[in-house]
Amino acid sequence: MSDIDLSQLQPAIKKFIPLGRTGLLPALHAAQNIYGWLPESVAAEISKALRVPLADVHGVIEFYSMYYNKPTGRNVIRVCTDPACGLRDGDGLLKKLCGQFDVEPHQTHPELDLTIEPSPCLGMCDQVPAMLVTKGDRAIEDFGVDKNFRPKSLVGGTLRLLTKNCGGETTSLETYGGYTALEKAKAMSREQVVEEIKASGLVGRGGAAFPTGIKWEGALKAEGDAKYVICNADESEPGTFKDRVLMLDDPHLMIEGLCIAAYAIGASKGYIYIRGEYPYIVPVLENALSEARAAGYLENFDIEIRVGAGAYICGEETALFESIEGKRGFPRVKPPFPTTHGVFGKPTVINNVETLCNVPLILDKGAVEYRKIGTEKSPGPKLFCLSGDVVKPGVYEVAFGATLREVLEMAGGVMDGKKLKSVLFGGAAGAFATAEHLDVKMTFEDLRAFGLPLGSGVVMVFDETRDMRDVLKRLGHFFAHESCGKCYPCQMGTRRQMEILDRVAEGNPQEGDFVRLQDVGWTMTDASLCGLGQTAASAVLSAMKLWPDLFEVKS
Amino acid sequence: MTITFMMDGKEVTAQDGQTLLDVARENGINIPTICFHEATTANALCRICVVEVEGMRVLQPSCVVKAGANMKVQTRSEKVLRARKTILEMLASTMDLSDAPDILTMMDEYGASHERFPDAERRESEVKDDNPMYVRDYSKCLLCWRCVQVCADDAQYTFAINFEGRGFETQIATFFDKPIPETTCVMCGQCVGVCPTGALKPKREFLLEQGMSPNEISVLNTGRKKRKS
Repeated sequence: MSDIDLSQLQPAIKKFIPLGRTGLLPALHAAQNIYGWLPESVAAEISKALRVPLADVHGVIEFYSMYYNKPTGRNVIRVCTDPACGLRDGDGLLKKLCGQFDVEPHQTHPELDLTIEPSPCLGMCDQVPAMLVTKGDRAIEDFGVDKNFRPKSLVGGTLRLLTKNCGGETTSLETYGGYTALEKAKAMSREQVVEEIKASGLVGRGGAAFPTGIKWEGALKAEGDAKYVICNADESEPGTFKDRVLMLDDPHLMIEGLCIAAYAIGASKGYIYIRGEYPYIVPVLENALSEARAAGYLENFDIEIRVGAGAYICGEETALFESIEGKRGFPRVKPPFPTTHGVFGKPTVINNVETLCNVPLILDKGAVEYRKIGTEKSPGPKLFCLSGDVVKPGVYEVAFGATLREVLEMAGGVMDGKKLKSVLFGGAAGAFATAEHLDVKMTFEDLRAFGLPLGSGVVMVFDETRDMRDVLKRLGHFFAHESCGKCYPCQMGTRRQMEILDRVAEGNPQEGDFVRLQDVGWTMTDASLCGLGQTAASAVLSAMKLWPDLFEVKS
Repeated sequence: MTITFMMDGKEVTAQDGQTLLDVARENGINIPTICFHEATTANALCRICVVEVEGMRVLQPSCVVKAGANMKVQTRSEKVLRARKTILEMLASTMDLSDAPDILTMMDEYGASHERFPDAERRESEVKDDNPMYVRDYSKCLLCWRCVQVCADDAQYTFAINFEGRGFETQIATFFDKPIPETTCVMCGQCVGVCPTGALKPKREFLLEQGMSPNEISVLNTGRKKRKS
């Protein structure tokens, strides 16, 4: 430990010291930036500076998979091995890279200062197989990484409302044209703004589909000396990448939405919580915030960016609050709900990126005009993330009510002229559809009737040659890796589910595995504490209905 | 204020603010609990106390859900029984329950099998015997969190222990796994007091189980020879 030079640490974490515990994740990020990992002496110094108990600092480092308390390279290559990348041999890419640099996954090459590891979904399902290379000038020289890396945005569809500025470069404030919807909102009373959002029928686009206006109304009416608005940019649902495109290409749309939310509920502070796997978006957001500040849009209200550190669970709203507060991302028991007891126990509105992008649109057009898009029960535009075996993967904007067939055709149909086997709908926490569902209208109400969740808009396509057992195995590993470990059904259930799915994928299920898998799945669904556990078996249970023979013991 | 609602088809009354578990206990209805303890903040994490409440999408943890007027609660519905049995079977496949007689009894009651999950990975850990007061055997830990809670702001404000790992691999741990004497632990013993499974055990009890005599232990424990009288 004596060879760790702590002199660089103090200046790097100085600005987080006044924050206390809520500054813990930013301080750990800053420290890891210097040392490449978080040695004991560094963790102890941060504990002292921020006045967070030692054991708690250790607990936080241990929780987030992008923090390391063992020597790790300053350069890290993370290779996605989740379903979409799995279809294009993400595993092979991982193996090849490890072979090339002569390391095992998770192992560090000391001379190159390089660690290679598999990763959960990187939100790059439209450009597979994906890998994320982080850190350092060395990485750029030695591994040929472009310093100004910016993934392409592939955008299509029949509408260009949410994506009107997407598909090219980042839109500057000048090109964006100013926050006219915010100005319009400020000419109204807070109550009127909330009423307008309620009248629009907007529901959350992050997966849970809760009515946005009801949320805002709750927080507006809640008593509190401080109120917060949060943009949930922890886009981690495997197969989802729409928020990445929205933030990279048109950050002002989301920021304007957040400013309107803040005005509507009377919040003085906002956060954008962005997942750790999107480091290249952070400077884009910072720049957009500077532009907005300079233009005077952030007076009496400011927005801080918080960067996650590798935890799918932090997309769950209460776990996200805990993470902002500098804790392990354990979801809280609800009620109380965020509108009265959110981050720091204060009234909070938390909305997904795409949800917030709808807000300026509603204010601009007015709720009545907005409702002319989509169906009566599912108004508005919707982004779908097309990935897997389609000709043109990407983000597709359509009005609610387009059929699966129409959207697939926009994306060029199934690759290589093959037939459709199935579609994973709504993400890892979603369900499988088949060719029978091609003419189902993609609205909340129509999909519900077929037991298909819209989720975060994932449409992951599998052609007729695909072995669904391999897809299920990857989902099993994903949830086992991402369970926070708080409640028993999910903590143990995701592991047991993974073990059975591994056997199934090997073509070697045991006697009783079908019922065992079902009992575990139903128990997680019925009894888990949060949405992660409650949906961790959703896709598996749907697959068991569609293809029961996959799980049977071969005699 | 008194409210009335239905529990297992029977009309029951409750005071405003009482949990479903409180009401069940007052009415002689047995709902099992594992993580719940009177002295610690209820986290509703073991989910063994879940019940079915009409109109709710998922099962509800009775240790934290408050009784409400006109609720219809079933404490032993098919869903509830399946969840409890499966949770118990998963516990048996994960940890050493030999020092957890309450849970073994519960397994009998719910017809839970000890061998439900073949080839399941278990959470195993070396016994940590690093201080004069208590021994930690995390192979027996079922992660009820009570020790972490009493060590922190539920009682002692010592903050010597927290978690390491995540998900199935979660374990109770000190800062970088330091031995207890090198932590902020003040040997108050509250964690040992609230441990439901023998994962935390007084050193004396541990040594007696190892076959040492009380005399041998008293010499060991004080770390000094007895004074001559």
